[in-house]
Amino acid sequence: MSGLLEVRGLRKAYGERLVLDDVSLSVAAGDVVCLIGSSGSGKSTLLRCLDLLEPVDDGTIHLDGVEITDPEVDLRAVRRRMGMVFQAYNLFPHLTILENCTLAPRRAHGVGRREARDRALDLLGRFGLAEHVDKHPDRLSGGQQQRAAVVRALCTQPTLLLLDEITAALDPELVGEVLDIVRDLAAGGTTMVLATHEMAFAREVATTVCFLEGGRILEQGPPDRIFTRPGQERTRAFLRRVLPS
Amino acid sequence: MGPAGGWTPSDHELGRREVRRRQRRRSLLVSTGTTVVVLGLLLLGLLAAPGWPRVQALFFSWEDARESFPAILDGIWLNIRLFVLCQLAILPLALLIAVSRGTRSPWLAPVRVVAVTYTDVVRGIPTILLVVLLGFGVPALQLEGLTNDRTFWAGVALVISYSAYVAEVFRAGIDSVHPSQVASAQALGLGHVRTLRHVVVPQAVRRVVPPLLNDFVSLQKDTALVSAVGVFDAVYTARDYGAYNFNYTPLVVVAAFFVAMTVPLARLTDWLQRRLVERERAGAR
Ligand SMILES: Nc1ncnc2c1ncn2[C@@H]1O[C@H](COP(=O)(O)OP(=O)(O)OP(=O)(O)O)[C@@H](O)[C@H]1O
Ligand SMILES: [Mg+2]
Repeated sequence: MSGLLEVRGLRKAYGERLVLDDVSLSVAAGDVVCLIGSSGSGKSTLLRCLDLLEPVDDGTIHLDGVEITDPEVDLRAVRRRMGMVFQAYNLFPHLTILENCTLAPRRAHGVGRREARDRALDLLGRFGLAEHVDKHPDRLSGGQQQRAAVVRALCTQPTLLLLDEITAALDPELVGEVLDIVRDLAAGGTTMVLATHEMAFAREVATTVCFLEGGRILEQGPPDRIFTRPGQERTRAFLRRVLPS
Repeated sequence: MGPAGGWTPSDHELGRREVRRRQRRRSLLVSTGTTVVVLGLLLLGLLAAPGWPRVQALFFSWEDARESFPAILDGIWLNIRLFVLCQLAILPLALLIAVSRGTRSPWLAPVRVVAVTYTDVVRGIPTILLVVLLGFGVPALQLEGLTNDRTFWAGVALVISYSAYVAEVFRAGIDSVHPSQVASAQALGLGHVRTLRHVVVPQAVRRVVPPLLNDFVSLQKDTALVSAVGVFDAVYTARDYGAYNFNYTPLVVVAAFFVAMTVPLARLTDWLQRRLVERERAGAR
């Protein structure tokens, strides 16, 4: 077990419906892994399993060499090391943006009030949210809410960041901004696993691209190879559909 | 547990399940142990109290329980019928009140005023007063064509009182449906009434089932309030027996009956609540 995150033979079913089938994945520190695949292929489910939000039916996940799928592991301790941003932003509606961002650092990570606040304000500023810090989420646009959700995850300084289609709700101008930040984060040593429908984005930031279909990773490799010389016919068909040729 | 094409769990997974089973067994053991110890201590404290023999003779006498049992059974049957009939009247009435509070049309302003006043005033009056006022008051009017049956009017009082509470539960449910749902329905071209009927109320009703059942449990007990107007329900029967025999055991019997009736309903409430939470959780992503 060398990488930061090692997934072996992961299996997840909802009742009769098999959603993840024998998924294996290795993520080294500093990697940016992009999950691509058509809608319903299991990208969100895989991310939720990694964050232990869903119990898995079989297989193992190791984080830093420790098996986190072990029933005796402390779930909260594991989650404190991971950050997750959801497809639907899931900000807490009863808190302001700033309070959303300081809640976990203060209550789960024992960061002091001042420090949590400064860190949140700094990040919110970098994401162009400085003027919205004291508003409640329902006063923000979808794109602004999504950026706030990313900041909320970053405020806990996670060693592994899981992002589920964070650019889906952003207008093209802001996608570039988020790309910059994601690249910054990668350079700063944050390891990321992200699901996306944005192929250009995946191609640009990924160190590894995984193509999922029907709950299996059909193919994985560096973006240059996957996007230019995919080995599988299915991957080629998918890319033909989503890439403007 | 084995969906899709003959999958057999790996040894590792089997080991994990074994660990989970052990964890469950351990927590079951701990919870049983603590419960037994705590209840045992409480019981010991009760039995050691200096007045216990006297209390036992007054409240827990086997002979009196047996002797009063048939009459109490008759009484409880009245409580059950009252409960079911009242409940059947309360649900539609309460929904009507809740929905009419949410109407928009200016023509319906009087309806809104009546609905608001009704819930405000009725909820302010203690249920037992309503029972006494209607149970003794209406028959005293000696109106043509109206029954003088005190049980009936006591039941009407329960319906009035509870429909005001249940209406508020419905209204809270209706308000809790997210505005985006209303917006979506209206964007699809549904009018206000259709939106309510097909989008809002179905979601609201599902969400309020647990608090509704809570009110049912409460109504089940409150059927005992009809004893205030001298109707021979279980409580009045027990008090009657106590007044003649100087023994309160029948009251304990009645309490046991009520518990036996409410516990299944309470368990049902818990179960529904859990299912609801699980379903909402499955949708969260
Ligand atoms: N709670 C659930 N119960 C039953 N089936 C589910 C549940 N959650 C997801 N699924 C199914 O699992 C499959 C994978 O869903 P998932 O959300 O992981 O897809 P996805 O790749 O993220 O799709 P998208 O790109 O549209 O977000 C889908 O077919 C979905 O129907
Ligand atoms: Mg998804």
